[in-house]
Amino acid sequence: MAKKLGRGSNRAAPSSYDFGGSWSPSEIELARRQARRARNKRSALIAALSSFLVLGTLGLVLVTSPGWETLRNTFFKWAYGFEILPKILLGFTTNATLTVIAGTSVALIGLAIALLRTSRSPALTPFRILATVYVDVFRGIPMLLVILLVGFGIPALQIKGLTNNVLVLGTLAVIITYSAYVAEVIRSGILTVHPSQRAAARSLGLSNFQTLRHVVLPQALKRVTPPLLNDLVALIKDTGLVSILGVTDAVRAAQIQTAKTFNYTPYVMAAIVFLLVTIPLTRWTDRMLRKSYERENAVGQA
Amino acid sequence: MSQAVLQLEKVRKSFGSEVVLEDISFKVLEHKATVFIGASGSGKSTLLRCINLLDQIDDGQILLDGQDISAADVNPDEVRKKLGMVFQSFNLFPHMTVLENVILAPTKVQKVAKEKAIDEALELLNKFGLREKADQYPDRLSGGQQQRVAIIRSLSRHPRLLLLDEITSALDPVLVNEVLSTVRDLKSEGMTMVLATHEMGFAKQVADELCYLHQGRILEWGSPKKILENPKKVETKEFLRRLHQAGRL
Repeated sequence: MAKKLGRGSNRAAPSSYDFGGSWSPSEIELARRQARRARNKRSALIAALSSFLVLGTLGLVLVTSPGWETLRNTFFKWAYGFEILPKILLGFTTNATLTVIAGTSVALIGLAIALLRTSRSPALTPFRILATVYVDVFRGIPMLLVILLVGFGIPALQIKGLTNNVLVLGTLAVIITYSAYVAEVIRSGILTVHPSQRAAARSLGLSNFQTLRHVVLPQALKRVTPPLLNDLVALIKDTGLVSILGVTDAVRAAQIQTAKTFNYTPYVMAAIVFLLVTIPLTRWTDRMLRKSYERENAVGQA
Repeated sequence: MSQAVLQLEKVRKSFGSEVVLEDISFKVLEHKATVFIGASGSGKSTLLRCINLLDQIDDGQILLDGQDISAADVNPDEVRKKLGMVFQSFNLFPHMTVLENVILAPTKVQKVAKEKAIDEALELLNKFGLREKADQYPDRLSGGQQQRVAIIRSLSRHPRLLLLDEITSALDPVLVNEVLSTVRDLKSEGMTMVLATHEMGFAKQVADELCYLHQGRILEWGSPKKILENPKKVETKEFLRRLHQAGRL
């Protein structure tokens, strides 16, 4: 008798249990399974019904509202949307490039600042103070201001050899701000690793740096992956802010189209383009994290 | 008389105004096991942490193989290479498999080639009956298995001296036994050890010398038989009486 036990688990559960061949479920177990199946069926029915009611009502209110026709024509004119999609995609390559460059730099700088702020070495004291001031300042200033300061302020200095390229300066401003945020996220992760882990590593003879590298950081970074992903998604969107310096990104491209036709569909298209990147990214990371937790942690059904 | 592996001379340690260890002097000879008993808060764990240089002593001296490891110019990392430490709460690295836990120090600290480290680690795991757990993550193991892995991890660097800090306190009686038998094996192989424990029966079996620590001071010192059966001090008698009441003796 080989029947999978009801308690749904998709983890390497064996498809059949071998109890020496003589086992078959008792009357009590069979009744229990019957009851569970009935309960599951009822739950599914209720979920379907309530979803239908709530979503149906919302849809009905939307479609029957007096302005629905106008709204659809101004925001959801799909034919027009697909017509201007290439321009938005072209703009989006700016967002994507900036995200890759800024994201990499932010990860490195943020990590360095977090390590500085959690270090206890006396030689690093001045850097630790600088790092703290840096985080305090740039976390507190609206990013728009930083972009304006860097984008218009640095060229105004008229120093030879410094770039006036607004794209470079804009990216620099984004990196400055995000490094401050990310440093704090990573630092909080480092602080959650219990001191006993450090003690164990040091007692094995690992140096301070080796302890960080092999014991503390791997655990810390895994714990802060969800909030770091939050910051990455925000970064993808915020790269658009450099458009105030005159760079054409996806949002700016949509704005240009909108200004020509007074139709807002380009904005919706831009939103969809952003979602097409951020949603899969979030799902993928969640999946990776879940796998890693399942591998390392004892399986519980609670 | 052979030279002591470990020797403490008038060691003192305080946290702020609270004196945790005072006037601690003793010797541990090669192949001998010295067991510290005493109530919680008597300073046993702090003593082991001081020997391992995880905590800094306020006064006195600690000598390892005749070398003053409490000297200011000593590199703690170098000292710790000679010491193995096992903690009450195992402290295995949860993001590494059992095997990775065991080979971490040999490959990163002693720079042993990975293949060789793996061979040695598997041999150790095999010896202590944990060979088939090599690729598991610690969280999947029972407490007793985790603690045995922690012991193996500390052995992976062939320490001169093993420090065991209440290694059975977090385990149920059955698991306690499997961990203690591992320690007995080590003892019979001649490992030099300093232990802090609440397991009196075990202390009696494994200790060459037993030491009663009370409020940071060594009150009594001698063979387990002498101290457990014929304590001199009133504090020791009281401690043993309470253990007896709790069914731990």
